[in-house]
Amino acid sequence: MRTWTRFGVCASICAVMLFPLYAMLVVAFTPKSELFNGGTHLWPARFTTDNFTNLFDRFPIGTWFTNSVLVAAITTAVAVTCNLLAGYAFAKLHFWGRSPLFFLILSTMMIPAQAIMIPQFRMVSALGIFGTFWAVILPSAATAFGIFLARQFMQSVPDELLEAARVDGAGNLTIFLRIVLPLCKPLIAVLVLLSFMAQWNDFLWPLIVLKTPELYTLPVSLRFLQGQYDANYGGLMAMALLTCLPLVVLFVLLQRYFVQGLARTGIK
Amino acid sequence: MAAVETVDRTTAERGGSHGRRQLVIREGVTGYLFVWPNLVLLTLFLFVPLGWALLLSLQDAKSFGPATWVGLDNYRTLFTDSVFWRVLLNSLVFTAATVPTSVAIGLVLANLLNRALPARNSLRTIIYLPIVISGLVTSLIGLLLFDEGVGILNGVTRSLGLGNVDWQTNGGLAMLSVVLMTLWTRIGFAMVIYLAGLQDIPEDLYESAQLDGASELQQFRFITVPMLRASTLFLVVMNVIWSFQVFDVVYVMTNGGPGFSTSMLVTYAYDRGFGPSRDFGYGATIGVVLFVITLVFSLIQLRSSRQEA
Repeated sequence: MRTWTRFGVCASICAVMLFPLYAMLVVAFTPKSELFNGGTHLWPARFTTDNFTNLFDRFPIGTWFTNSVLVAAITTAVAVTCNLLAGYAFAKLHFWGRSPLFFLILSTMMIPAQAIMIPQFRMVSALGIFGTFWAVILPSAATAFGIFLARQFMQSVPDELLEAARVDGAGNLTIFLRIVLPLCKPLIAVLVLLSFMAQWNDFLWPLIVLKTPELYTLPVSLRFLQGQYDANYGGLMAMALLTCLPLVVLFVLLQRYFVQGLARTGIK
Repeated sequence: MAAVETVDRTTAERGGSHGRRQLVIREGVTGYLFVWPNLVLLTLFLFVPLGWALLLSLQDAKSFGPATWVGLDNYRTLFTDSVFWRVLLNSLVFTAATVPTSVAIGLVLANLLNRALPARNSLRTIIYLPIVISGLVTSLIGLLLFDEGVGILNGVTRSLGLGNVDWQTNGGLAMLSVVLMTLWTRIGFAMVIYLAGLQDIPEDLYESAQLDGASELQQFRFITVPMLRASTLFLVVMNVIWSFQVFDVVYVMTNGGPGFSTSMLVTYAYDRGFGPSRDFGYGATIGVVLFVITLVFSLIQLRSSRQEA
């Protein structure tokens, strides 16, 4: 196929892919009055930042942003630490019940989160963490996928390296910290990005376990505002833009790591 | 925690018996020392809730009043519940509409964008971008596009003189709108996986095919597609799981409507458990059935791929 034909096909598909984001952007900067006129909104006749100032005036956007960063960062730290430790054990250590346990963990990937939310909710209440950030953080940090990724990656670390260190008298913790982890920087990058992204975007579970609006994260607030704004898409899209902008910026800056990481999830 | 303690005790008892055996046991203990933080989290928030859901599915449990054991009554009700069969069918239709399409588009795009092309990196970025957009934001954009009253698409069709399209009141079109927004978030991932797979195909395969006079299409059909089998299998398994577990887009965009025409297994389970009826037992039953269906499907996929390999 000719290069320019290929370019034409790709560019058209990209235009379609970009359209929803473009629509969000345009509507976020369109005055409320225009949106209800029923014309096409492919270009705002009058550009305004009212939707944003209105949001900042009425709601604690700063608090919600801080909450989001805090919850996503702590979840990521807990999840990645646990996943790396477990991944090392499943990849490099022989212990009783290793294979059945790994299979059991993998099978939890087939559980849709919403299907076990009622028992999870009772568990969180029983542990006395309902209504706190920990009710969001701890259940989210329990992921099978991260263990799966960590194990896949660590299997590629040569056994000879570990044996050599063992002969020199290094214990497993030393080997893990000094030899395996430095070789796993790409893995750590993937786990951090995926975990942070998943937590940043989660809205249903936090909405169920966080009761006070002061503790809301951005996506929870977005869902909450959907009820407040009804069909005022201007305000809603402004908030949607604020919610996804940090991840979009992060993605564009770290695209190489993101893509390498995602690609690695598919390697057998 | 408990597991670590038991293993600890056995080590103490057997300590100093045989050197090799001791080493094996010590590695066993270390294994659990590394696994336990994760195991505690998984036990508390996945294993126990799953078992709990299994028990709930055998109970008549509502939000108030004591729960009573009812045996398999919930399952019996489920199999005669016409809404359940309807949402199962919807989930199958949704899966059939999303999985092959997203995988195929990802395959074509990966091939188009694998070779030198003007602005290649920007084009790739645009296709990847929806991966980081959350299900909630995707759904709200979907509402903005497909809203029958003030939505953008109807604005366009109206100004072209084509009138309104009933995206929200026609069941089939509502399903289409949900499928389209889902594809939007999934194509990028398929492309990432295929681009990675393409790097592993040896270049000389294509060179010798060209010498034999194979056309571009033949090379694609007889070299590229077969060599990407592993990537395809992975993508199909992941996409089927995601499609069967679809929630956000349906919940926010259509809430299952109009009627039950876009209601899926998970949204139905959620509606029954958390909705006005607060029927915990019945909601859990749907969840258990969904888990079993997904598990069986994945096992069949893995088994058949192993046999072919």
